[in-house]
Amino acid sequence: MIVKTDPMASTGEPLLADGTSVGDPDTVLRVTDVTVSLGGRRVLDRVSFSVGAGGFCGLIGSNGAGKTTLLRVILGLIAPSSGRIEVAGGTRSRRNPQIGYVPQKIALDADMPLRARDLVGLGLDGHRFGLSRPTATRRIAVDEILDAVGATEFAEARVGNLSGGEQQRVMIAQALISRPKLLLLDEPLANLDIRSAAEVVELLAGIAAEQRIAILLSAHDMNPLLPVMDRVVYLADGRAVSGTTDQVVRTDTLSRLYGHHVEVIHVQGRVLVVSGAEHQAHHDTDPSPRGP
Amino acid sequence: MFASFMINAWEAATVVAIVAGVVGFFTVLRGAAFAAHALPNGAFAGAAGAFLIGANAIVGLGVFSLAGAGMIAGLGRRARSDVATALTIVLMLALGDLFLSRTSEYAPEIFALLFGEVLGVSTSKLVPTVAIAAVCIVAVAVLYRPLMLSSVSPDVAEARGINPRVMDLAFLVVVALVTTMAVPVVGSLLIFSLLIGPAGAARSFTNRPPVAMGLSVLFALITVWVAIAVSYETNLPIGFFVGAISAFGYTVGRAWTAWRGRRPHGARDRATLADLAHQGTPNAAAESG
Amino acid sequence: MLGAASWSPLFEPGFFSSEPVHVALAVGAIAAVVSGVVGVFTVIRGQSFAGHALSDIGTAGGSAAFLVGASTLYGFVAFNVVAAAVMELIGIRKPRGRDLATGIVLGASLGLAALFLYEGTISSSTTGATVNVLFGSIFTLPPGITTVMAALGVASVALIAVLYRPLLLSSVSYELAAARGVPVRLVGAGYLLALALAVSMSAVTIGAILSTALLIGPAAIALRLATRTGVAVFLAAGVGVFACWAGTLIAYDSTVWAGGNGWPVSFCIVAVIFILYFASGVVARLRADRRRATTGDQPATISPVEVA
Repeated sequence: MIVKTDPMASTGEPLLADGTSVGDPDTVLRVTDVTVSLGGRRVLDRVSFSVGAGGFCGLIGSNGAGKTTLLRVILGLIAPSSGRIEVAGGTRSRRNPQIGYVPQKIALDADMPLRARDLVGLGLDGHRFGLSRPTATRRIAVDEILDAVGATEFAEARVGNLSGGEQQRVMIAQALISRPKLLLLDEPLANLDIRSAAEVVELLAGIAAEQRIAILLSAHDMNPLLPVMDRVVYLADGRAVSGTTDQVVRTDTLSRLYGHHVEVIHVQGRVLVVSGAEHQAHHDTDPSPRGP
Repeated sequence: MFASFMINAWEAATVVAIVAGVVGFFTVLRGAAFAAHALPNGAFAGAAGAFLIGANAIVGLGVFSLAGAGMIAGLGRRARSDVATALTIVLMLALGDLFLSRTSEYAPEIFALLFGEVLGVSTSKLVPTVAIAAVCIVAVAVLYRPLMLSSVSPDVAEARGINPRVMDLAFLVVVALVTTMAVPVVGSLLIFSLLIGPAGAARSFTNRPPVAMGLSVLFALITVWVAIAVSYETNLPIGFFVGAISAFGYTVGRAWTAWRGRRPHGARDRATLADLAHQGTPNAAAESG
Repeated sequence: MLGAASWSPLFEPGFFSSEPVHVALAVGAIAAVVSGVVGVFTVIRGQSFAGHALSDIGTAGGSAAFLVGASTLYGFVAFNVVAAAVMELIGIRKPRGRDLATGIVLGASLGLAALFLYEGTISSSTTGATVNVLFGSIFTLPPGITTVMAALGVASVALIAVLYRPLLLSSVSYELAAARGVPVRLVGAGYLLALALAVSMSAVTIGAILSTALLIGPAAIALRLATRTGVAVFLAAGVGVFACWAGTLIAYDSTVWAGGNGWPVSFCIVAVIFILYFASGVVARLRADRRRATTGDQPATISPVEVA
C-alpha cells in the first residue's frame, strides 16, 4: 500500500487535475492543510482529514497537542494561517448552525436556577435577542431531544446538581437541538468515570448512526472510543495522521508522527502507546516514506 | 408614614427595587457582585467631580459609572475580572478623593450618596428615574437570551457568534444605568445590597430562570418596603435594615437549599479523583498541562 | 548625603526633615510590603473582592469602636477577623458563589457601619468621622501606631511564610492539593486570617482606598512580569514601596504647585500604581514579541503523512 501525502486521498477519491477531488457527497467536514501559528509556535501543521455523515471520528492527542485549537478553527473562532475548512459543502462561518458544539469546560454552578430543559432550550435560540415565546413547538422540540439523549428523567432537575455524565448528556442535547450535521465535542470523557464514559460513547454512536450526524470527538485516551470509532485523527505537536484505527494506531505510523520511537501495545482489547528508548528514529528525508 | 412627601419615597424605592430585582438576577448569575459594588461606589466620585465643576451631580454619576463599566470590561480583557474591578474602583475612589480635596466646601449630600440616606425625591426627579428604569428593563429584555447563554455556557455562546466580551460590556453598561438612576434615590450601599441580596435568595427557591427573576423582584420589593417602614418607625438608617434583610434572606435561602438536599432525584456522585486515573495515556508525549 | 543641588527640583524643601513625612514613609513602606506579599496570593486565588470588602467591613468595626471610644484599630481588626471567619465558614469554593457571599457580608457590614456612624453623629456630630474612617490620612497618624502596625504586619507575613507551600499549591489547584493531603480548608482559613490582618493594618493607617490599591495593584503588576511566585512576592513588595514613596513625594511636592492642600496622597499613590500597571502591560507585550521574534516560526521536522 502506497502512502500518499496528498490530503485529498483520505476520501479514496481520485484527484482531478486542479487538485480538487470529485467530492464525496457524504462528506460533512473536510479539513485541508490547516496550519495555525500562535505566539511563534506552530500549533497545527498542515492538518488534513475529513469526516463523513454518520461517521465517528476520534481526535486523539495528549494535552497541548492542538486538539482544542483544531476544534476552534473548525468552529471559525480561530483563523488558520493557511488551509481550508469546509463544513457540509460551504466554508465555515462563525454562526454556522450546521455545527453543534460541546465544550470542554462546563462550569455549571449548583446555585444556578436553571433546569436541564432550560439549558437545552438555550441551544435552540439562545443566540437570538429578546425573550423566547414558550410555544408548544418549542416544548416538543426540547422534549424530543431530551428523550433522544436519555435525559427525560432529570429534565426538571437543577442542572448544576446533575452528575458529570448527566450534565454531559444535557450539553449534548443542547448541541443537537438545532439539528446540526456535525457535532464537535472537546474532551467530553475527561472527567467521567468509566461507566459514564462508556454510556456517553454508546449514546453518541447511536446518534451518529440514526441521525447520520458526523461526530468529531477529542480525547487523550482512545480506549473508550475503540468500539465505535471508524476514523482516527492522531495529533502530536500539531502534526496529524488520519485514517482508520488499524492504519493509524501502529508502531511505525505513530513513531513517524512523533519523531521518535513509540511502541503500540495491544493488551486485552486495549491500546497502550508507550515511549520506547529515546533513540532517534532514522530521519526520512524522502517526504513519501514507503508504507507496509 | 404615608404623608405626601413619603409617597414619592415609596414610589421611587419601588421603581428601584423592581429594576434591582431584574438586573440583580443576572448580576448574581454572572457572579458580578464585585462590579455591583464597584460601580455605585465609584460613581460617587463622578458626583463629587460634577459638584466641583458645578455640573449636575446625576450627570457626573452617569458619566463615571459608564466610564467605570468600560474600564472594568477593558481591563478585564487582559487581566482577571476581579483584578480589573479592584483597579477600577480604586481609581474611581482616588479620583473622588482628588475632587473632594479641590474644594473647601463641605457637601454632606455627597457622602450621603455613599451610605444611602437619600430617600425621597421630588416629583420632577421621579420622571427621569422612571425613564432610566424603563430603559434598563427593556435592555434586559432585549439581551435576555444571549446574556443567559453567555452566562451559563460561554463557550457554546461563542461558537454561536456571541462575543462574550461584548456581552460583558453590555451587562456592565446596564448596571451603570441602574447605578445612575438608583444612587440618587437610595444611595450606593442600598443599590448594591438590592442587586445581590434578593436575587441571591431567590435562586434557592426555584429552578426556573423566569421564576427566579420574578422572585428576585418580589424579594427586592419586600426588602425596601419593610426597610422603609421600620426605618420610619425607629428613625434608624435604612441602609442598616436593607443590609440586614438581605443577609437574612440569603441565609434562609442557603439553609433551605442545604436542608432540602442537593440531589433530590438521586443522581450519581460526580467522578472522584480515583476515577480520573485513565489507562492508555501515551507517556511518550508527556502531559504538558 | 542628599545632594541638595541635584535633587532639589524633585524634593520640595522640608521633605526629608518633616516628621509627618518620616512617619508616612515608614508606615507606607510597611503597609506596602505586607500588602504586596498577601496581595500576590489574593490575586492568584481570585479573592480581590474579599480583599477590598474587608477594608470596608473593617470600617463597621472601626465605627463601632469609635462609638464606644475604643481604639479604631482594634475594632477594625476584630470585625475583620470575624468577617473572615464567616467567609471561611460559609465555605463556598466556586468564585461566583464566594463573591456573592462576600458581597452579602459586605452589605450587612456597611449597614452596620451606617448604623454606628448615625449613632456616632447623633452623639457627637463629627461628620468628618466618615472621611477619616473611610479614607484615612497618611499624614495625620497618631504616634505610636507604627509599633502596632508592625506587629500586625509581621503576624500577617509570618502566617503567609509558614503556609507558603501548601497555600501556593492549594491556590493553584485545589483538588491536587487535597489529593496530596494538604489541609486545604485550614490553609484557606489561615490565608483569610492573614488577609484580615493585612487589610486592617493598611486600611486604618492609610485608608480603605490605598489598602485595596496596595493589595491588588503591585501584585497584579508583579504577576505580569514574574513567572515564579517567589519572585512575584518580592517584586510586589518592591513595587508597592516604590509607589508609596513616589506618591508621598508627589503629594508633598504638590502642596507647592497645586495650591490649597495639594493633591491627596491616596490619589498620587494610586496614580503611580496605574502608570506602573500600564507600563508592565507594555513590557509584557514587548517580551512576548521578542520571544516570538527569536524563536521564529518553527517548521515541523517531518512532513505530515496520510495513510490511504
